[in-house]
Amino acid sequence: MRHTISLLVENKFGVLARISNLFSGKGYNLDSICVGETETPELSRMTIMTSGDDMVIEQIIKQLNRLINVIKVTDLTFDEHVNRELALIKLSCTASMRNSIIQIVEIFQAKIVDISPRTLTIEVTGGHKKVEACINMLQPFGIREIARTGTTALKREYSGSSPDWSAARASA
Amino acid sequence: MPTVKDQKPKRKKRPEINPLLDKKVLTGSEVMIRSLIEEDVDFIFGYPGGVVIPVFDKIYNVSRPKLVLCRHEQGAQHMADGYARASGRPGVCLVTSGPAATNLVTGIATSYMDSIPVVHFTGQVATTAIGNDAFQEVDIIGITRPITKHSYLVRNVEDLAATIKEAFYIATTGRPGPVLIDMPKDVLLSECEFEYPEEADMPGYKPTRHGHVQQIKKAAEAMAGARRPVFYVGGGAVLSDCSQELTKIARKAKIPVTTTLLGLGAFPENDPLSLGMLGMHGTWYSNMAVNEADLVIAVGSRYDDRVTGKVDAFAAKAGHIHIDVDPASISKNIKVDYPIVGDCRSVLQKMLPMVKKSDTAEWLKLIGHWKESHPLKYDDDGTVIKPQYVIEKIHEVCGDDTVVVSDVGQHQMWTALHYNFVKPRTHITSGGLGTMGFGFPAAIGAALSGPKGKVVAIVGDGGFQMTCQEVATAVSQRLEVIVCILNNGFLGMVRQWQELFFGKRYSHTCLEYTNPDFVKLVEAYGAKGLRVTKREDVVPTLREAAGTRNMPVFIDFRTYRHENVFPMIPPGKMATDIIE
Ligand SMILES: Cc1ncc(C[n+]2csc(CCOP(=O)(O)OP(=O)(O)O)c2C)c(N)n1
Repeated sequence: MRHTISLLVENKFGVLARISNLFSGKGYNLDSICVGETETPELSRMTIMTSGDDMVIEQIIKQLNRLINVIKVTDLTFDEHVNRELALIKLSCTASMRNSIIQIVEIFQAKIVDISPRTLTIEVTGGHKKVEACINMLQPFGIREIARTGTTALKREYSGSSPDWSAARASA
Repeated sequence: MPTVKDQKPKRKKRPEINPLLDKKVLTGSEVMIRSLIEEDVDFIFGYPGGVVIPVFDKIYNVSRPKLVLCRHEQGAQHMADGYARASGRPGVCLVTSGPAATNLVTGIATSYMDSIPVVHFTGQVATTAIGNDAFQEVDIIGITRPITKHSYLVRNVEDLAATIKEAFYIATTGRPGPVLIDMPKDVLLSECEFEYPEEADMPGYKPTRHGHVQQIKKAAEAMAGARRPVFYVGGGAVLSDCSQELTKIARKAKIPVTTTLLGLGAFPENDPLSLGMLGMHGTWYSNMAVNEADLVIAVGSRYDDRVTGKVDAFAAKAGHIHIDVDPASISKNIKVDYPIVGDCRSVLQKMLPMVKKSDTAEWLKLIGHWKESHPLKYDDDGTVIKPQYVIEKIHEVCGDDTVVVSDVGQHQMWTALHYNFVKPRTHITSGGLGTMGFGFPAAIGAALSGPKGKVVAIVGDGGFQMTCQEVATAVSQRLEVIVCILNNGFLGMVRQWQELFFGKRYSHTCLEYTNPDFVKLVEAYGAKGLRVTKREDVVPTLREAAGTRNMPVFIDFRTYRHENVFPMIPPGKMATDIIE
């Protein structure tokens, strides 16, 4: 099963190498890894998408925790969390095709971020499945290149029955 | 509850600082040595070269730490490792960049597999040259990343002291392990104000020492309710120095104890509750006990494949309690029912008052019956020198306090089976990695750590030749180590597998015609060499060696060539497939 694991790590030399080494050395799956600074410049957050049975996932979490520069490991899979991925999709596109493409772009609340007489580049964000669906819908038009970020995620803060929760959901 | 001694060894008294180093502003090289003095290091095992010449220049003036010059960096690493295993204090290694750093790799992996605290200092090319394929540049941090607990590339001399503090803290706490510090040349030469931090504080490193009391209570209850419980004790028990607590609990609850190769010594093998070693070459009764047990209490062990054989069949009728300081060791290979994360000693101390006598009379009777019907034995008609016989005699002549360091192969297994270890830290061997060439240099390190008893290395004629250049080191230190070469003229362990599983095709395992004359070899270095070809000379020669002062003694025992190690559970098989 697919798991979303969030890591808080020290922003130090070689941290990313240690983590990717762990996955390759122990033969764990690493579907995507997404890294960026946090509110504190000394710390980075990494979001790792991985898969495996319960015993493997338990080992992955324990092994990540063993790394000296890793401060906190959270498996977000079974917690309510927001996750987002961004993809840039460059299509072959002549003037005659533009309208049909724009329709799809609107449905996915995506954006056109670059245009030329022969191409169109679309930016789409959302959960992994939404991005996947958008790419699938654009496939028939002729995709030239794709760049994807991998998933990044944060835990949701509502506790289920609180009165603010529906508002939070609506704006999310 | 102030029950557990801090894992960090107690400092005797503040060491004296050499006047040459007793100043405010120091160079990187001086910072390094001052920091080692602060850490109360007495020996550095090392070898000089290009970028670390400045450090060696400073060491020249200092009497403590003392530099022990090895003859190959691998030897230095094994010495530091053996020092740490015998004493419980971290070993320290210092070598130059490039080929010297890569020569450490086998040793670092050896320490990593067995969780041994060793701090390695490697020289590196100047920070400005890193990445340019400079002369003797190698990415040693990258190479050793999978085999170190942690590593550091020091880019500023201001960070060096704090890095050393952290390195020693990481190496010696939690599940111990090797740490590497890579020091570029310019860092060693530039200056800064020296201040050694009181404490290492890392946000991501907080090892759990004290086990969860509720869990410990549940485990104690499970032990009281079990009818066929067995302790399965590993190297972690030795590392946490919990022998006393373990022995008290086992005797109080009347629970038999089996140990792994690295756990030997944690429980006295002369106690009736001892089952000796388990696993591939374990005793018949220990493997059968685990196979029939209803509760396995794992203490500092890790369900390694040489112990379990076929994992699904291992202790299949038992529940599992697992005490270990490393959460990642628990439920790695086998699902555990009562996981307890914590230092073995601290956990067992808390457990001791909760332990009740278990109703194990029937169980112990059955085990007693097994011990009689399937004893550990070997054939000896008195005409040849059986290796097992030599090992028994070493114990008789040298006594319980002797630290026995074995290499890897048949002789290692015979030592484990036939020596009868009764005290912790008296058995040293490379368990996890099985590094041939480890034994002899590790014995040098063990001897320098100042153990109570003698130090005896038991090695094969194959493995000894992998690091025999260290005879020079032993001679130069005037060490009274006794090295017993069990010379069968074969790479014995491989030959045994060829005999049993490869139709007796002894492909490249016969050394007899090309082995050197070991007596002449060591004499050429200025050591004492003795040869034993007759059984009746075994004991007198061991006595002579034990009485020799100020130099190492090497004994070339010509043992029976075709002896095999039994019992044996063939790889991937289960306890009941054991060959006696
Ligand atoms: C560095 C290294 N190379 C190869 C091996 C594989 N190996 C394991 S035991 C063994 C034979 C050891 O022979 P010897 O040292 O003569 O000891 P014996 O088995 O005869 O007691 C070999 C080659 C190893 N463990 N380590």
